[in-house]
Amino acid sequence: MVENRPLLNLLSHLVLIVGVVIVAFPVYVAVIASTRGPTDFMSGLIPLLPGPHTLENYRRIVFSGVSTSGAPPIGMMMVNSLVMALAIAIGKIAISITSAFAIVYFRFPFRQLAFWMIFITLMLPVEVRIVPTFKVVADLGMLNSYAGLSIPLIASATATFLFRQFFLTVPDELTEAARVDGAGPMKFFRDILLPLSRTNIAALFVILFIYGWNQYLWPLLVTTDTGYYTIVMGIKRMAEVADAIPQWNVVMATVVLAMLPPVVVVVLMQRLFVKGLVESEK
Amino acid sequence: MQTKRTIFGNRVLPYALLLPQLAITCVFFLWPAGQAFRQSFLREDAFGFKTEFVWFENYGKLFVDPQYHNSLWVTVVFSIGVAVLSLVTALVLALAVERTLRTARAYTTLLVWPYAVAPAVAGILWWFLFNPTIGILPYALDMVGYDWNHRNSRVDAMILVIVAASWKQISYNFLFFVAGLAAIPHSLVEAAAIDGAGPLKRFFTIIFPMLSPTTFFLLVVNIVYAMFDTFAVIHATTEGGPAQSTNILVYKVFEDGFIGLNLGSSAAQSVVLMVIVVALTVIQFRWIERRVQY
Repeated sequence: MVENRPLLNLLSHLVLIVGVVIVAFPVYVAVIASTRGPTDFMSGLIPLLPGPHTLENYRRIVFSGVSTSGAPPIGMMMVNSLVMALAIAIGKIAISITSAFAIVYFRFPFRQLAFWMIFITLMLPVEVRIVPTFKVVADLGMLNSYAGLSIPLIASATATFLFRQFFLTVPDELTEAARVDGAGPMKFFRDILLPLSRTNIAALFVILFIYGWNQYLWPLLVTTDTGYYTIVMGIKRMAEVADAIPQWNVVMATVVLAMLPPVVVVVLMQRLFVKGLVESEK
Repeated sequence: MQTKRTIFGNRVLPYALLLPQLAITCVFFLWPAGQAFRQSFLREDAFGFKTEFVWFENYGKLFVDPQYHNSLWVTVVFSIGVAVLSLVTALVLALAVERTLRTARAYTTLLVWPYAVAPAVAGILWWFLFNPTIGILPYALDMVGYDWNHRNSRVDAMILVIVAASWKQISYNFLFFVAGLAAIPHSLVEAAAIDGAGPLKRFFTIIFPMLSPTTFFLLVVNIVYAMFDTFAVIHATTEGGPAQSTNILVYKVFEDGFIGLNLGSSAAQSVVLMVIVVALTVIQFRWIERRVQY
């Protein structure tokens, strides 16, 4: 801010408040809807004030599910989502940090080729080659399993690049000192490189956890067994039914539960989140 | 390619370290992409009994198919709509946040969390708000005389998916604009202010030009987002309808491949999309290289 202009300051606050309200409004309506009874959605307008059915709605979906739509309990879907998100986040970090280590700290034939092969994955989003990828996973017998949900999404060029960029900034003196002291490559990796990468790993973890939790198309295709449904894809199944029989209160309760974990992660770890987001785009 | 001055000597270890990443890349990325490429030159009946090599017939058919033209056009409108709406909103909010001092952090927290909301969930939220029977926005629109119905109206359906997809993207653009604004040297803005340039003039002559690298980068990222990451928004709300009016390219690949079982055409569309992604990635990387010289 250069000069003090009270009117412009007021306008800024006004713009921001309107912005915050617009951003929050859909979620507010969803939270309100999740506290109402089913009859509130038969006609008229979406209610805008909380109702008395909060505990009842949430208890119903978390433990018993919505029987009319054949959906399993949401509690189980959330566990599945958590397993999938953690597997993707941890898996991506593990395989990219080791491959970045190999590419930066070793010189070997086909290094360039390996680097380009990883680079190419950046260009092939799963939606683009969805039919053949589905076929590969089906042929491997990985449908309806946690492995099928997570492993095909684990390869990540972005994470590999991020670690590579970071390793290039680590001073060579550290490596030299480690070698003089007789440390082998794996000891150096474990005792020096990993501790140095701690913040990078944490920042990346936040971004990748959100990425994994929010997956939609992939779980929709590889799971037919309700025991492996994730919550984000489960909502769609419930909303389809809700169009015919208004059950907006339970659908919106599910929506609230589906966005709660990633939103809490972002709000609590905002600094790491911003770091992860900005760095991974470099 | 850059390497370290000090490296480790080991014949086997680097391959072992690379193995998991390369194995997954080959099995789940390169092999399926190759399959899509091969399939795009084949014609197969829906049961897979007979396969025939047809050269470029799938592509030829695709490029004269009015439905594909429609899908291309829909994708262009959708991508530009999402990019413009989310970029402009985010820029206005970022400029406003820059003028606040103590409250900037609080506002940032309140604005960034939609990034964490899944695209599918964002779609459902707006679908609920725009519900023609009980939704609050159609009710408000009715008062000004507009009859909202995204189940019949092509325009309404397009607006619905653009709004839902942009809502989620605002937080991302906002963070990058805030970082971009913070990087503009204060002395420049102050010098202009001393010379008597008001806030508007400063914005158009200094701030906006200095932000142009950030804006260009975000433009590419937003177009990629709108083209490839919004599948869930479409699938959770309009499912490409009504009358193909929101059937973007990524959705069409899925629809033709899994519902229509037209594998050859779906594969050809995959290949076209891959070419588009490669082109966009190259543009993005060229920009990053240029930025390094600043």
